[in-house]
Amino acid sequence: MKHLMDITDLTTSQIDELINTANKIISDPEKYQDTCKRKKLATLFFEPSTRTRLSFEAAMLELGGSVLGFSTSDGSSSVKGESVTDTVQTVGYYADIIAMRHPKEGAPLAASKRTTVPIINAGDGGHSHPTQTLADLLTIQREKGRLANLTVGFCGDLKFGRTVHSLINALSRYEGIEYVFISPKELVIPDYVKAGMLDNNKIKYVETTNIDEFLPKLDILYMTRVQRERFFNEADYIRLKDSYILTPDKLKSAREDLSIMHPLPRVNEISVKVDDDLRACYFKQVKNGKYIRMALILMLLDIKV
Amino acid sequence: MKIDSIVDGIVLDHIKAGNSMRIYKYLNLEELKCSVAVIRNCRSRKYGIKDVIKIDSIIDMNLDVLGYIDPNITVNIIREGKISEKKHLELPKRLVNVIKCNNPRCITSTEQEIDQIFNLTDSENRIYRCAYCETKSDKEEL
Repeated sequence: MKHLMDITDLTTSQIDELINTANKIISDPEKYQDTCKRKKLATLFFEPSTRTRLSFEAAMLELGGSVLGFSTSDGSSSVKGESVTDTVQTVGYYADIIAMRHPKEGAPLAASKRTTVPIINAGDGGHSHPTQTLADLLTIQREKGRLANLTVGFCGDLKFGRTVHSLINALSRYEGIEYVFISPKELVIPDYVKAGMLDNNKIKYVETTNIDEFLPKLDILYMTRVQRERFFNEADYIRLKDSYILTPDKLKSAREDLSIMHPLPRVNEISVKVDDDLRACYFKQVKNGKYIRMALILMLLDIKV
Repeated sequence: MKIDSIVDGIVLDHIKAGNSMRIYKYLNLEELKCSVAVIRNCRSRKYGIKDVIKIDSIIDMNLDVLGYIDPNITVNIIREGKISEKKHLELPKRLVNVIKCNNPRCITSTEQEIDQIFNLTDSENRIYRCAYCETKSDKEEL
């Protein structure tokens, strides 16, 4: 594997290898602190992001490497009309590896055709965000001790939520996975996701608008934000954004060993009061995201430790 | 109706009735200087009715376009009045610069001179998806 554009670029054994490496880094970070010495990561963020960019930069710094890049398109030559591919090709002469976010879907793939250094898709519009999925998988594995035999609930925007589709794709490779899809009718999981990933693999799932009904059965509840930027119509966004809000009261019926996940940022779909609940894992996802990105950088740079 | 037979040229046979003008357009046959006959609604033992296109010259042809529009088309290459080659088409696995992505959020909508690439993701239902954003192609837009 040269680049990472989508979670489907990774085989199941590569995913397992990344999780294994991330767990080794967590247990012995000092062993990895100089593994990327004199290597440079460029973070090319054509749209704003707090978590992902800083996570990539922290990951490279903890591996002993250095970072360069920009955090909005205003900081690049794209304001002068330069194409994305030209920008990335140029940066490819300065850096050993590139993490790139762009509002246009497929921009990292287009860029990858014009550079020899590995490119990691750090989010391309509503399309793909594979390192978020890897962070989710590491979190599930660490919380549950396994990636198989789990009942996973997804709640919120299941239509536009790229993290949801991507995690479904990755988890569906493991045995004994069942899903509960909780969303308003306007934001249900698309048919092509159901047909391609679930029906074809005979994976059990239910669709519901009622979060309370299935909450007690879940091992994992993956909440999502109803994202303003995915709507063309502001009125639709306002009408649907408060569809499901998780509160301590709602969680009373949930299992003691439930793991509550969220790709963040949240708006109000998880009450801040839930943060102190031991079942809340969304900030662990943030932490795990850095470690899995460290593992990914090592894999793409072909550095063995 | 009588149309002269070809000495050296190409006959596109078994075109689904009604598709010939789309093919005429997408192969840019209007740019040819040689004779081109578009025959619509001919009788066909196989399909009931069909369209046929006869081109009075051997030209380079984008078979991916043809396969995408109608994989049942037969391409007959005629040399010295006889069929010298018969090509049966299939759905192309990949289309490059044949159709355009309609997704306004796709990088192909803004990046200059980028190849429009579509991959066949479901051959049974003939579904192609953009290689960049995975949006399904709209066949009518071809």
